Amino acid sequence: MDLTLKIWRQKNAQAKGKMETYPVKDISEDMSFLEMLDVLNEQLINDGKEPVAFDHDCREGICGMCSLYINGQAHGPDREITTCQLHMRSFKNGDTIVIEPWRAAAFPVIKDLVTDRSAFDRIMNAGGFVSVNTSGNTIDANSIPIPKHDADKAFDAATCIGCGACVASCKNASAMLFTSAKVSQLALLPQGKVEAHERVMNMVHQMDEEGFGNCTNTGACEVECPKGISLENIARMNREYLSASLVSE
Amino acid sequence: MALSALFLIVFLLQHFIINLMSVISEDAFNSTSHFMGTNGLIQFVMQPILMFGILFHFIMGFILESKNRSARPEKYAMYKGSANSSWMSRNMIWSGLFILGFLAFHLWDFWLPEMNYKYIEGNPADPKRYFGEVQHMFANPIRVIVYCLSFVFLALHLLHGFQSAFQSIGARHPKYTPAIKAFGKWYAILIPAGFIFIAVFHFLNGNH
Ligand code: HEM
Ligand code: SF4
Ligand code: FES
Repeated sequence: MDLTLKIWRQKNAQAKGKMETYPVKDISEDMSFLEMLDVLNEQLINDGKEPVAFDHDCREGICGMCSLYINGQAHGPDREITTCQLHMRSFKNGDTIVIEPWRAAAFPVIKDLVTDRSAFDRIMNAGGFVSVNTSGNTIDANSIPIPKHDADKAFDAATCIGCGACVASCKNASAMLFTSAKVSQLALLPQGKVEAHERVMNMVHQMDEEGFGNCTNTGACEVECPKGISLENIARMNREYLSASLVSE
Repeated sequence: MALSALFLIVFLLQHFIINLMSVISEDAFNSTSHFMGTNGLIQFVMQPILMFGILFHFIMGFILESKNRSARPEKYAMYKGSANSSWMSRNMIWSGLFILGFLAFHLWDFWLPEMNYKYIEGNPADPKRYFGEVQHMFANPIRVIVYCLSFVFLALHLLHGFQSAFQSIGARHPKYTPAIKAFGKWYAILIPAGFIFIAVFHFLNGNH
């Protein structure tokens, strides 16, 4: 199929970017979206032009690196997939496809379609861990009995791959779905309960520091999340935060 | 935000029940209005709390909106909000602003004259005046149209807001949340529709 691509080009973090139009020909419907961009980049290199920078790593939907706001939606039109899992059969011959980077004050563009998502790392550093003694006598996690229901919920929350589609889709550029998934996966388990109050306070504080917006419960994040992380996690974090604020000193 | 919103939801219900009396029984409406208008606790404790609740709600709404706008300084060239969220949820500030406009009109149109009548002119209490006043007010078709339109915006605001307030305070459970959502939908439609019905009822019945 032949397509017209409208892509955000920006030299570096300081430069002012703009949309550029590129035609691509003979794209197979079995290609992934990233493979289609590879074809475009080969074409650009052959023409002596600068290829389009975009993030990717695993190309199988597990690392969360690939991003891209495609035709007005994070990871394109399909549900519960990343961009590397989006296939060209979701498009038709002659289509125009608009490709933009994630847009958020907390995710500044580094180059073209690549954004700096280290704000998520700093939220994790603020409390997304369990402090354990690793001096050699660590207790095996499986020796602590955990109700199946809680273990399942914690696991579901832990499937978040930190891609940032929730922030990108949210009209407020809020990071509540990501942060709440990370808070929940630990708050639900006995090992995580010990530091639960500190954790939620610190992670929410860091989230606000980074300049993410505030949640108004539009639910866009849950719909666009490639891992189907539920809004239930946001409610849990709101509860955790409320009770932690009441008792914290 | 959520707590002030829940407070306003309770207030709205109370306001609705009293207005509804004007349709059911002239006497009941008069005596309740007289009580609300002359009781010290209502006038000097509840009324300021209500004013504070409304002020707090919309000022926080403006702060929230402006913070959220600055969280995305560069807009998308193409943004498909309708693919993942409801129109109501994305336009709370606009439905809210419309309600604010109505509240300003309502205070100027009803509350200020009432304060003037009672506390500035110092007229003697007349427990029978309220029903006639309401009929007189709704005889004006412009006022009826403004009321109807405003309550449509209130319905849109609450269609998202009701369930949102529960989510914001973390009240979510697979057993109860479907019921909260369903109740919220009915509340958001029936209460504003009821206010519209009352306005139209008096317009039709008071005009001759
Ligand atoms: C005075 C005019 C008003 C303005 C400017 C206003 C504005 C707002 C804004 C900006 C929000 C938050 C945005 C969002 O959640 O997307 C909001 C939420 C809400 N509003 Fe209003 N509003 C007004 C009046 C009312 C009234 C009269 C009621 C109820 C009777 C109400 C009920 C709600 C509810 C339930 C929420 C959701 C709260 C939450 O999710 O935490 N609002 N309003
Ligand atoms: S919650 Fe979903 S959309 Fe957000 S970062 Fe995690 S996987 Fe991505
Ligand atoms: S490249 Fe790893 S999830 Fe898409």
